[in-house]
Amino acid sequence: MPKLSYRDALNQALREEMQRDENVILFGEDVAEYEGSFKVTRGLLKEFGPRRVFDTPISEAGIIGTAIGAAMAGLRPVAELMTVNFAYVAMDQLLNHLAVMRYMFGGQVTLPVTVRMPGGGGHQLGSQHSHSLEAIFVHTPGLLVLYPATPADAKALLKAAIRDDNPVIFLEHEGLYNFEDEVPDAIEPGAIGEAAVLREGSDVSLIAYGAMTHVAREAAQLLAGDGVSAEVVDLRTLRPWDKAAVAASVAKTHRAVVIEECPPACGIGAEVAANIQELAFDALDAPVERVSGADVPLPYARNLEQACIPHAPDVVKAARRALGATGNEHPQPVIRNP
Amino acid sequence: MRKDDLMRAYYLMQLARGFETRAAEQYTKGRIGGFCHLYSGEEAVALGALWHLRRDDYVIGSYRDHGYYILRGGDPAKAMAELFGHADGCCKGKGGSMHLFDWDINFLGGYAIVGGMCPIAVGVGLAIQYRKEDKVVLCFFGDGATNQGAYHEALNMASLYKLPVIWVCENNHYAIGTSVARSSAQESMARKARYAYDLPTSVVDGMDFFKMQSVTERAIKRAREGKGPSFIEAKCYRYRGHSMADPATYRSKEEVEFWKKRDPIPRLKAVIQHDFDVPDEEFKALDRKARETLDAAVRFAEAGQELPPERLYEDLYTD
Repeated sequence: MPKLSYRDALNQALREEMQRDENVILFGEDVAEYEGSFKVTRGLLKEFGPRRVFDTPISEAGIIGTAIGAAMAGLRPVAELMTVNFAYVAMDQLLNHLAVMRYMFGGQVTLPVTVRMPGGGGHQLGSQHSHSLEAIFVHTPGLLVLYPATPADAKALLKAAIRDDNPVIFLEHEGLYNFEDEVPDAIEPGAIGEAAVLREGSDVSLIAYGAMTHVAREAAQLLAGDGVSAEVVDLRTLRPWDKAAVAASVAKTHRAVVIEECPPACGIGAEVAANIQELAFDALDAPVERVSGADVPLPYARNLEQACIPHAPDVVKAARRALGATGNEHPQPVIRNP
Repeated sequence: MRKDDLMRAYYLMQLARGFETRAAEQYTKGRIGGFCHLYSGEEAVALGALWHLRRDDYVIGSYRDHGYYILRGGDPAKAMAELFGHADGCCKGKGGSMHLFDWDINFLGGYAIVGGMCPIAVGVGLAIQYRKEDKVVLCFFGDGATNQGAYHEALNMASLYKLPVIWVCENNHYAIGTSVARSSAQESMARKARYAYDLPTSVVDGMDFFKMQSVTERAIKRAREGKGPSFIEAKCYRYRGHSMADPATYRSKEEVEFWKKRDPIPRLKAVIQHDFDVPDEEFKALDRKARETLDAAVRFAEAGQELPPERLYEDLYTD
């Protein structure tokens, strides 16, 4: 099977969907002539021309509103915001318009909009370029939220996003663009709402998404060295997310650690943990652990930034707490509250 | 214009005005909840702006949307039922007064975030241009929207891409309770648009149906020919407060009277009488027809029901 980077897998998905459907158009900040700030749209202007691939002003609300209107009138726009932090500028269009319109207008509107946004920390980009906003989007009824961890999923899920008739928030991790892995030549659109078990295990479930999936895999490797069998579940889709797959994994391992890059309050970990106790309470041998991003804006300094992002040793520690938990030993949370 | 057309214009304005009178009554009776923003006084703006549109053109606007809906040819019964929150309303009771929507008239919605629909109009214009159609999209917003960021992003993009968008600014002189003079450094909405976004602008007496329709006709022609957007500032006035909850104490009685003397309905009637010597009976017949249509709309709304709670989750996603 050929190897492909996450970046090129996304690029292929865009190219194939544009070839397939004349209604797919692509626009955003520097996506055309500059070929995307992370070069995900490389070659697309040349192949499809300025009618279908074009640059916009730095006007995030304008970009998202344009995508909404174009979708209302029958196109399938793919809009790119340069980083997920810029979505804050367009939150009214994203959460107050895109997400609500179908419902608010009694089902009369169909909005097949895909909004691509790179995000996540690790590149010393500071507090206004590094955040993880997935929980905000997951919190919003009317949106679908996808966050692939592997090149194969990046390609399959982006194809699914573009073909889906609902608004999709498509999150890409900046730290994964160069990550290479096998991608089948012909790949079908991924199933939205299906998690993947990337590693089978019997002692503890490590539940993650996006870049955190790789942290979980690394932790599973470390745990294996100590004779602990960890199962790695990659959620892949955050809204809707695969409750059945998580419950099934916990039913098998009886312990769960949720790893999220976003801060903990009302985050992905909180959502998954709450559901585990609702769906699989009897299966649990220990409280569900969360390993979260630090509860601060991302700082610039390399050491401080790294201290904000979950790493494999943090996950190993949390897994050990879950494994060692007894009735009289209350686990210390990993959440970095001040 | 032919007599028949003018009589239709008169009828539609009476229908829109009467709809608001009924909406106010039903609001006072507690049958309409939430916020209810009445269009009374501004009828000539929307009717004139919509007059030369085709059925396949698009219209989008603010939350003061009953007038757009009725004057575009929407069914008053479906609108009234929506205000009642009933299942046979145009949005199944999920939208309410501020969020009417109807594909039957290509009305793409009333939006309750000031200026929020302006970028959406850009997208509709983009789709028209992409498909090489000769349709247009007409976007209604108030003077308050011109102080919003999204509005400026939208005007810039529409001009930049030469999209078939017609911007109709209803300058009714107040953004809720704050006057234009107290909220906009540039008091001319037309100048504010023209100098920044390089598009043709007009300032029109929005209380005059004839002026509104003729200025908008030019803008529509220009858009259909692919020459890009135009901007129309309609100077107008709302007779009521911002919403039913607003007694409008920030305006003087004299000011309201000044504008009521320019009421678009008697003005249109006077022109028709002058040009065609129409007997009063003919107007009365239209008044009666409007009344009956609206009585029927209220009866339709009264007879309806809200969606049952078990249908709460419908329409969130496609099946």
